[in-house]
Formats: sequence, structure tokens, C-alpha cells
Amino acid sequence: MTSIIETKNLGISFGNHKAVDQVNFAIDEHQFTSIIGPNGAGKTTLFNLLSGQLKATNGDIFFCGKNITKCSTVERTRLGMGRSFQLTNVFPNLTTLENVRLAVQAQKKIYFQMLKSVFSYKDHSEIAKTILKTTLLVNKDDVLAKNLSHGDKRKLELAMLLALDTKLLLLDEPTAGMSVEDVPAIYEVIERIKEEKTKTILLIEHKMDMIMNLSDRIMVLFNGKLLADGAPKEIIANETVQSAYLGGLYDEYTA
Amino acid sequence: MRVSYENKLGSIIFLMVSCLLIVFPLVYEDRNLLIIFTQIFIFAIFAMSYDILLGFTGIISFGHAMFFGIGAYSMSIFMKRFEPEMLYVFLALIVGVFLSAIVSYVVGLLTLRLKTHYYAMLTLALANLFYVGAEKWRSLTEGADGFTFRIPDFLRERVNFYLITLVLMVLVYFALKLFIQSPFGKVLVAIKENEQRTESLGFNILYYKIIASIIAGILASIAGALYAISLRFVNTSVFSIDITLDALLMTIIGGVGTIIGAVIGSGVIEFSHYWLTSLVKLHWIFERWIIFFGILYILTVMFFPKGIVGALTALKRKARHEKKHDQSDKMTG
Ligand SMILES: Nc1ncnc2c1ncn2[C@@H]1O[C@H](COP(=O)(O)OP(=O)(O)O)[C@@H](O)[C@H]1O
Ligand SMILES: [Mg+2]
Repeated sequence: MTSIIETKNLGISFGNHKAVDQVNFAIDEHQFTSIIGPNGAGKTTLFNLLSGQLKATNGDIFFCGKNITKCSTVERTRLGMGRSFQLTNVFPNLTTLENVRLAVQAQKKIYFQMLKSVFSYKDHSEIAKTILKTTLLVNKDDVLAKNLSHGDKRKLELAMLLALDTKLLLLDEPTAGMSVEDVPAIYEVIERIKEEKTKTILLIEHKMDMIMNLSDRIMVLFNGKLLADGAPKEIIANETVQSAYLGGLYDEYTA
Repeated sequence: MRVSYENKLGSIIFLMVSCLLIVFPLVYEDRNLLIIFTQIFIFAIFAMSYDILLGFTGIISFGHAMFFGIGAYSMSIFMKRFEPEMLYVFLALIVGVFLSAIVSYVVGLLTLRLKTHYYAMLTLALANLFYVGAEKWRSLTEGADGFTFRIPDFLRERVNFYLITLVLMVLVYFALKLFIQSPFGKVLVAIKENEQRTESLGFNILYYKIIASIIAGILASIAGALYAISLRFVNTSVFSIDITLDALLMTIIGGVGTIIGAVIGSGVIEFSHYWLTSLVKLHWIFERWIIFFGILYILTVMFFPKGIVGALTALKRKARHEKKHDQSDKMTG
């Protein structure tokens, strides 16, 4: 079986600084993989390389066996890679529903229709509303995205990603900057997606309990390099990881 | 849906006013007013075309006069070189539309890849190129002196022409309303809101920008052709920055991204232009009406950044909000 996403010697340099350096991994379909590492390790940059926001300086990326290193963001999305952003990235002056509806429209490949009203695509709004329900955003349909609370914006970010219905989901710190009360909701949403067993998920997170519960596999990034890669238990037991990142902070898991 | 309700209200008022305007020349004979209204309709089309770029796609162009001028010159040259017959009017329109489509496509390809202000500068330079080109190509354009020409008798009849421009304006308005509600139009708004995010949803934004600028270019060219017919005269001023500034001013004062705002803006600007020029008798300063427009522009941007339509919508929202509060007060009280 070919893996859904694979990198070979993937790297990018900003000037002299190698933000991502010789990263190799292959991920199987429906696997739940988390990427951890200290701030500035290069996690977001790695996602930017995978989703095409940045172009690799060296190495290759394969999606379902196809070399996509030279493909644009648009092409990668259409192939089935979707991502959410660490810094909330939505359409601020559009309503919550309209934000999600646009993603549904993209998924349905309605690109250039200009003679019909969007209101005639009833199913699009229906799908969008269902997704708003899944992401715990009901009753927020006609709130402008900029007026949502930070937690709700993060949920909207996830909702748009779900609406794209891509095979691969890249989630960049979905709980970033969230208040403690909001975290369980996001966790629940991600868990639901996982339970459906139709998606392959790559998650960047800092919250160790969340990672330990969800992940089939954990990759540790440090100074742009892949420091460790394995099952959660192995990673926790790994001494290099302990000293480099976890620093004994998460002793409870080694017990 | 609150948003679509407000949209509908605007359209209904627009339609009612248009109906009144249709009967207006039958009940009230005033040549001057007829001419002013005709100008308003023509510039409303032009301003609406600009709103597609500025208001919906978030493209700032300082070269929109380029397409207006192409339309105006196509019409004028056809009328001058051939017979002033309706057939040639249509041919001239088609040629103008065709040329603008090509130019806007090329401009789109060349420049839409650039970031906003570079794009704005480049369109300014390109429009200037057309301006200088028209000055130099005297054999065809007679430069700044310009030339007069005859038009078909049917169009010479002021009322006929008034009705034609009115109907065209109404058609353009409703076509654009539909366009903006379409999946395509929604993507344009998304591009204005967040270009990079639109791309990551899988929309190829370059195509959208090019198509938007072609549509805007075509409509601007039609407005230019109508403008030339209304004057029966053309000179290089149709390519001047003033024309672009008119469109900019009209859309901003009326309310960017609302379509109806462009129509209102056109009315406000044309009427105040007329009124200010009539005040010249009182003081020479009124001849410099552009000064007043400058002041108007600054005041709008400072106090009504969303234009007349934006200010009205905000007022209405506030009123509704207060009503809601009153009701809930009653319920709790
Ligand atoms: N576009 C960029 N230009 C220059 N440096 C960058 C850019 N993006 C990221 N970096 C640098 O790359 C390193 C990794 O950043 P990032 O991937 O955001 O880390 P993480 O997401 O793991 O916290 C940082 O040192 C950051 O300053
Ligand atoms: Mg990051």
C-alpha cells in the first residue's frame, strides 16, 4: 500500500537558516499523527511546505504516490489536501455560514457559475449548516466571522476545512490561544472526525494529554529536523525527546 | 436572511424610482434636466463597472478611463468615418466591447499578479499611455481638439436616448445584482476579504480577477460609447484621470460594494457638478468644482467610510437593534 503523504529529504532555508531540514516520513491512510516540538521548531513551516504555501528548497513531497512538489496550493487542495491555520484565517466580513458555504462550493467544484444565484444551491447551505452543527457553531450562522469569539473562530477554521471534505487534514494548533473552557469542544470535534475513520489527520499541538489520547503516532520536530518518530509510548520513553523538548514536564506519561 | 432582505429593499426602491424616471420626460419637459439625467445613467453604468473591481474584488485600478475612452473613440470614429446609422452604432459598440475585452485581458494578465499598489500604479501608467497615444495619433483622433460627428436621428431625439440609457442602466444593475449573488460573485467577495485563504480553498484567483476585470472593462466601454453619443463630440479627455476619479468618487460616496451605491453616487456627483457650475456667476471659486469634490471625498472617507448606502444601512440596523431592546425590556420589565 502506498502511503497517503510522503516526504523525501524535504527542506527549506530562509537565508542561512534551515527551518525544515532533511525531513523524511510516510503516513498511511487513516492514521492519526501528531507533530510536536518547541516553538520555532519548524512545524508550521513544514505544513506550509506540504500544503504549498511555501516552495521547498530541496526534497520532494508525494501525495498518494504522485509527486506534488511543484504543484500550487490550488492544485493540492483539489487533489485532496486541506489545512487549517495556526493564526485564524477566515473571511472576517462574511457570516459564519457564508464562510463555510464558500468551502462547500469549492468542494462541489462550482467555480465559474455566474448566472445562477447561490440561493438556488439549497444543498450547499444544508451541508454548511450540518457542518456548523458538527463543529458546535449552531445559532451562529449569520454572525460575521470577525465578531465571533476567538474559540468560535477556531471552530470556524475547522468547519471550513471539514467542508472541503479532503482526504488529508493538516491541523495547525487548533486550540492556539484558546481559553481553557473552549479546548474540550475542539477536542470533541477532532475526536468525532477521527471516529469517522475516513480522514488522515496530521495535527500540530502542544497539549500533551490531547495528543496522547488521539494519536496513533507522534513525530518530534526539533530545529527543523525530525528528532523522533513512533508510537506515543515510544516517544514518551525516548530520552532524546525528554531532554530536548518534554524536559521532564510530562513525567506522568512515562509512569 | 437579513442581508438578502436589505438587498431586496434596495432593488425595489431602485425599480420604483426607475419607473418614475420612465414617465418623467412625458410629464415634465426640461431639456437641461433630461440631459443631466442621461449623464447620470451613463456614469452610473460606468461607476457600477468600477464597483465590480473596487467593491467586490478589492482591485484598485487608477486606469479605468482606459476602457471608457476605448468605447468613446470606437463610437466616435465609426460615426465619423461611416454613416450615422443604427447599424454602425451597434458595430461600433461591438468593436469597443471587443477591444476593451482584449485590453482588459492583457492588463489582467500583465498586472493582476502584482500587489495592490503596484497594480494601481501600473494601470495609471497604462491609461496615460492611451491618453498620450490619442494625442499623438492625430489623423484618427484629432488630439485634444477632438472632433464632432453626427449620430442617427433616432438617437438625436433626446427623449429616446434618455430612455435607452435608463433601460441600459436598469439592465446592468439587475445583471450585476444576479452576478454578485452567483457562486462566481461570492468568490470575488472572498478574494477581496482574504486572497490567500480563497486560494487555499482551491479557487484559482487569477482567473477570477481576469474575468472580473474583463466584465468591468466591457461595461466601462459601453458607458464610454454612450457618453460620446450624448456629446456628439470626443477628445482625449475621455482617457484622462478625471474620468477614473469620477468613477472612484461615485462609488466611494455612494458606498463601495453595493452596486446601488454607484448609481446614487453618480446622481450626487452629476447634480452637484451641475449646481456648482451654475454658481459660477456668484464667485469664480465655483468653477473649481474639483476642489469641492476633493473636500466631499475627504469628508466621506472620514465620516461615512462606507458611503451613503453604508451609513443608511447602519442607521437602520441601529434602529432595529433599539427596537429589539425595547421589546426585550418590556418582556423582562
Ligand atoms: N516566511 C519566513 N521567512 C523567514 N523565516 C521564517 C519564515 N517562516 C518561518 N520562519 C522561521 O522558521 C522557523 C520555524 O518557524 P515555524 O515553522 O513557525 O515554527 P513552529 O510552527 O514550529 O513554532 C522560525 O525560526 C521562523 O522564524
Ligand atoms: Mg507554528
